Formats: sequence, C-alpha cells, structure tokens
Amino acid sequence: MSKNINVALIGNPNTGKTSVFNQLTGLKQKVGNYPGITVEKKEGICKLPRGVKAHIIDLPGTYSLNTTSLDESVVVELLLNKNDKDFPDVAVVVTDVENLKRNLLLFTQIKDLKIPAILVINMADRMTRKGITLDISLLEAKLNTKIALVSTRKGTGIDTLKELIADYKSLSIKPNIDTTTIAPEYFNKLRTAFPKEEVYKLWLVITQDVNFMPIEKKKIKDATSFSTKSNTELKKLQHRETVLRYQFINNILKETYKVDLAVARGFRATLDKILTHKVYGYVIFFLILLTIFQGIYVWSSYPMDFIDESFAQMSEWTKHTLPPGAFTNLLAEGIIAGIGGIVIFIPQIAFLFLFISLLEESGYMSRVVFLMDKLMRPFGLSGKSVVPLISGTACAIPAVMATRTIENWKERLITILVTPFTTCSARLPVYLIIIALVIPEGTFLGLSYQALTLMLLYLLGFGMSIFSAMVLHKILKINSRTFFVIEMPSYKLPLFKNVAYTVWEKTKSFVYGAGKIILAISIILWVLGSYGLSNNFKNAEDIVKTRIKTIGFSEFNQNHIEEEITSYTGELTINNPTLPIANVKDSVAVRIAALQQKAENEEIASYKLEHSFIGYAGKAIEPIVKPLGYDWKIGIAVITSFAAREVFVGTLATIYSVGNDEEETIKNRMAAEVNPWNGKPLFNLASGVSLLLFYAFAMQCMSTLAVVKRETNSWKWPAAQLVFMSSFAYIVALIAYQILK
Amino acid sequence: MSITVAQLKQGQRGIIKNFSEDTLPIKLLEMGCLPGNTIELVQIAPLKDPIYINVNGSHIAIRKSTASLIEVDLIE
Repeated sequence: MSKNINVALIGNPNTGKTSVFNQLTGLKQKVGNYPGITVEKKEGICKLPRGVKAHIIDLPGTYSLNTTSLDESVVVELLLNKNDKDFPDVAVVVTDVENLKRNLLLFTQIKDLKIPAILVINMADRMTRKGITLDISLLEAKLNTKIALVSTRKGTGIDTLKELIADYKSLSIKPNIDTTTIAPEYFNKLRTAFPKEEVYKLWLVITQDVNFMPIEKKKIKDATSFSTKSNTELKKLQHRETVLRYQFINNILKETYKVDLAVARGFRATLDKILTHKVYGYVIFFLILLTIFQGIYVWSSYPMDFIDESFAQMSEWTKHTLPPGAFTNLLAEGIIAGIGGIVIFIPQIAFLFLFISLLEESGYMSRVVFLMDKLMRPFGLSGKSVVPLISGTACAIPAVMATRTIENWKERLITILVTPFTTCSARLPVYLIIIALVIPEGTFLGLSYQALTLMLLYLLGFGMSIFSAMVLHKILKINSRTFFVIEMPSYKLPLFKNVAYTVWEKTKSFVYGAGKIILAISIILWVLGSYGLSNNFKNAEDIVKTRIKTIGFSEFNQNHIEEEITSYTGELTINNPTLPIANVKDSVAVRIAALQQKAENEEIASYKLEHSFIGYAGKAIEPIVKPLGYDWKIGIAVITSFAAREVFVGTLATIYSVGNDEEETIKNRMAAEVNPWNGKPLFNLASGVSLLLFYAFAMQCMSTLAVVKRETNSWKWPAAQLVFMSSFAYIVALIAYQILK
Repeated sequence: MSITVAQLKQGQRGIIKNFSEDTLPIKLLEMGCLPGNTIELVQIAPLKDPIYINVNGSHIAIRKSTASLIEVDLIE
C-alpha cells in the first residue's frame, strides 16, 4: 500500500531548488497560482523507495522566515498552518555549498518550528573548484539533521535524498537555537498566555505580516501585556535573533567547513569586471537584447508562417471535406481559426523564455538589474523591466509573461500595464499601409518621410510607456516594502533541463491560461461577423447577384477587371505570338469569368459583413468615430481588429470587396475610397494620422488582455488598461484629426 | 577611520561597526551584513548607483542610500 507524504522544498533563491524539484518530479509537475494572489505554486509527485509516494511543493525562494514579499509570506503561512492540506510532513531545505553560511539561517528557523527537516547541500560539483571541504557527519550531528550532498548538474545525491525523505520519521525535531534568550521576560509571558503553542511560532505570528488562521493575530495583540512592544522594539529583537543565529552557524562552520580562498577567487571577478563595465557592460547587454529581439522578431517568423499556413489549410480542408452548413463554418472559420490565433504566439513565447531562462540560470540577469537600476528607478520600474519592455516591441504577450522575474509587485504591475504601449509587430501592417497611403514620398535630410514617420511611431510608443510608468508610479498606492537588496549569484552554465522545463511550462501556461479567453473572444467575433438578423443578410447572395446583373460590378471592381484583362491579353499575345485569335478570345473569356466570379464572391462577402451584427455595430458607432475622421467601414475594422491589430487590414479588404491577398490592390482601393461627407479621399493626412495615433495607443488586442488577466489574477487591471489606453487613444486621435483636417 | 559603505572606493574593505538598528532592512542582516564582519566594495555601477558588495561571502547589490547607513572601519 502506498502512503502519500507531503514534502516542502524550501531554500534561498539561486540555490538550485528548482533543479532539485525537477529531478525529483520529472515531468509529473503542475504549475498554478496560490488562490487569490499571483504567486506561482509548483507541485509534483515523486516515487520514493519502499512504495512511498511523495507530494512535493516547490515553495518560492526566500532568504528567511522574515517576510518581505508576497512570495515569502506564502512560505511562512504554509509552515505555520498545521491544518493546511499541504502542510509538510518533512521540509527539504536546499542550500548552495558556496553560500552555506547564509543558507543555514533559514534552516535553523525551520528547525525551530519543530518540522522534521532534511538539509540538501547542492552544487557539490563546485567544491573542488572553489577549494571547499566539508565534514558532513559532524555537521549532521551539530544541526540534528540528515544531509544529502547533491549535485543537480551531475545528477548525484538525488537517490540519497529520496531515501532520507522516505525515512523522515527518524529525523530529530529538536530545535537548534533557543530564540527566547533574546528577550527572556517577553517570551515567558508569551508562553504563559498560550501554553499550547510553540513560542517560536507565536513570535513569527507577531512579527510577520501573514494571514494566519489557527491563532488569531488579533487575539495575541489584544492580550495587552506583551503587545506593548513597539514595532521598533520588535525589529530590534529580530535583529538580535539574526545575530544569535549567525553566532550559532559561525561556531558550527568553524569546525566543519573549510574554504581555501586562494582557489576560490578568479573567474567571477573577471567576468564581473567585463559584464558590469561602464562601456562593455552596456555594449554586451545591448548585443544580448539585439539577439533576443532578432529571435522573437525574425527567427520566430518562420515557424509562425508555417503555423499560419497550416491552420489556413486545415480550415480549407474542413470546409471542403465536411458537409456544408453552420457547424462546418463554425468549426472551420471560428474554432480552427481561433485555435490558430493562439498557437501562432507559441514560437515567440518559446524564444523569449529560452533567452530569459538562459539569462536567469547563468546569473547574468542580476547584473542587468545592477546596470539598469539607476536608469529605470525614476519611472518606478525595475532594472528587470528592460527585458519585457524591449520584447514588447515584438509582441506584448510574451513580454507581459516575462515580468514574472520582477519580484517587487508594484514594479511588476507597472511594467505589465505600460508594456502594451510599445510598438508590437502586429501594429506594423496597419502602420505600413496607412503610411504608404497618407504620408507623401519626399525626403528630409536624405531620410524618407515615410521611414521617419515609422520611426516616430516607435519612439512615441516607447515614450508613452515610460511616461505612463512615471504617472502610475505616482498614483498607484501599493504598499510593497521596496528596498533594494539583490543577490549577485556566481556565474553558472545553464542546465539544459531547467531551460527546457521553463520554456515548456510558460508555453503551456499561455495556451491553457490565456488561450481559453482568446478562443472564446475570437469565436464570438466570428459569429458576430458571420451572422445577421436582417433580410438583407439572409438574402445577401440574391441581392448582390441581382445588383450585378442590373447595374454591374462596383466601379472599382469593374476597372480592376478591365485592367487585369488588358494586361492579360497583352501578355498572352506577346508570349505566344503564333496563337490563333480564336484561342486568345477563349482564354480571355475564361479569365473574365474567373475574375467576375471572384468579384462576385467578394461583393457578397462585403455585403454580408455590412449587414452582419458587426456591420450594424460599425454603423452604430459611426457617430462616435466620425469626429476622428472615420466612416462606418473603418468603424467595423476598428471593432474586428480588437481581436488583433493586424486584422484591420483584412477587414477593410473584405468590406471593400477586394481580395485579401493582394496588398497593392487593397492600398489602391483604400486610396480610391471617398469620404461620404465631403467627397474628398477618405484616407487623407488628417484621418491617416488620426488612425496611426489611435493604433499606437489603443488597447486593440484581446490576447494581451487575456494574458494580463492571467498574470495579475484579476479582471481589474486588464479592464483599467482597456479603458485608459483606448480612451487616451480616442482623445489623441480626435485632437490630431480636428487640427489637421 | 570611520566612514560609511557609500564612501568606500572600488576594492576597499572595511569592518562593519554598529549601525542604527531600525533603519537597516533585516534582509541585509540576513545576508550577513552584521557588526564585526568584513565588507568589500566589489564594483560601482556605471551610473554610480547601486553598488556591488561582498559581505561575509554574500555578493549583493544595494543602493547608495542603504549603503550610507552602514558604518565601517576602513581596512588600509
């Protein structure tokens, strides 16, 4: 019979705790959130010797049980709450052999809670290189524990650890240190008031900002005799406690831990000199950013094109294979296309997290913070915000997910909120076509106006995100104790397995977390665009066919067909001078029929879209978008491109009943569109600039909203983002149009 | 000579004296920043802030405002 035991993995950051977790659980792990907060919860199952099964929780990294962040509170709350279903039967404290002294501080605190604890000394493979020798058995005796000397890099020691976990009942739960000596009188009072509880537990409840159910904090505070301690006094006691623990640890390590300093120095110092150098440091960081950018912008475009193509084919295939009808349409155009819209982001997410986990694993990320902190601080951002902000230039979705590396919640939230302002690649198709339409072709100092406009738009996006960060920094009242203490870990070669796990897990969390919302919204948008209630919609085919018979194709399509035929006839006769006239006439007739069929289909699609729910919505918002210089057709495109900005161009193609695939044709058709109110071209400098500004600022991306919802664990922030960004965009576009028109 | 960590030059070391207990973050103490321990200024960021120190074997970066709270005796 197998018995389940709860194991909690605890340790300082940068000790390889997650590597130990990966090696214990393999792929049998699950990543979620703690209820109501945004801290990641990692759990997994591990089979132990003698048929024991362990449920393992990888708790957030913490330096001690004195919490300074939400992540750390999670650890303390679990360790204090015996009724929690995850309360550990045994705690496995992971330490790094190079930083054993500091890491043991947390270990002694856990021992004092009388939770059975195993000490894992990780990175054993670095001992020789660092000149470290350890007396394990003496250390075990002094700390009243069992030790597993592990190297996750070499994969050694994990079996010993499994044995120790299975055998957890034989562990001593004798505390290492008597905390009460720091203030005997105070602790005696505590003990008499709550005779049933551990004094150290009470001490933690009093000093830590945690929601602890079993013993009400209020009750302790109410018992006035010992709540007289002011916060300053409590803090003094905490300091004394830390000193006491270090005394204990120093005494033990003096006998058991030897390090030959002559061997230890070198590599780290040299690398640090280069990587944080005032010139090379920034050059190297810039080059790394450039590579990341190249990865998510260029390299990922190959798999993305492939995915795009495959889903288009799958959709086509479904439409042709299944019996025609509403269900087939829903499947082919709604569901398959919707799933395609999720899968398409996977390459970018995978690439970005590949780079980020390499930077984190190698220890370089801390150097980035060191280099960038002063620069980002005035804007309420962290040095770590640089990577998300830059990757936002490719796509805001992986960028928002990348903010997880920022520990401080306020800095992280600000980064999440401002990242969508940076010019993502989905804005590019919209920018390019509108710039080509409305910006004149001249040059200024040898630079084309069009290129300058595009560059201005990029700068505008970046400037806006920095500016709004500054504003948010001022107005957001979030109490996160911000003091800056960043560990600079030693440099390590990234472990392939850890990198692979990170990439896998981030991709999975995007597909299952945000993917659901994206799929739902794309299906809704599809239904709204493909159905309508009016007779006009139902009889669209007949109405358009009759119209074509009586008054012919639209002027643009008629001209387009004539042009095509002229050039086709010309080519035919030049390439085949010997072809008899009759044959030429025949092929021209076939060509005309094909072009007319295509034009007919396009005009039907356009008519249907005009009379679908979205079509009516576009007309309904015309009074709202008219002051920006848009007619109802652009209104429709603005609504549909809420799914993703690049949809704007495709929607305009449909509504102007031109083929979706010929960019030149779309552009020509847009240039020919006449403003219904004054007879001038609809896409002119004023309305063009207004559109550019609208797309620069508006939150036209449901996928980003879905990711923000997932990352902030609430609808509040994505809603605020949507309202603020879109109304700001509206106002700016309005001003621009009214000035320029 | 008694100065604060913020005044150390690159490569200089000092021994931590007592500091004001209620202003210094507890996290720093936990990292080994305790009276009697040696502190070394490893690097100053290119923009002069933050600074990168090695205290008691812990390599950490702190801001100058925090560093100015830690008094040390300079080791010549």
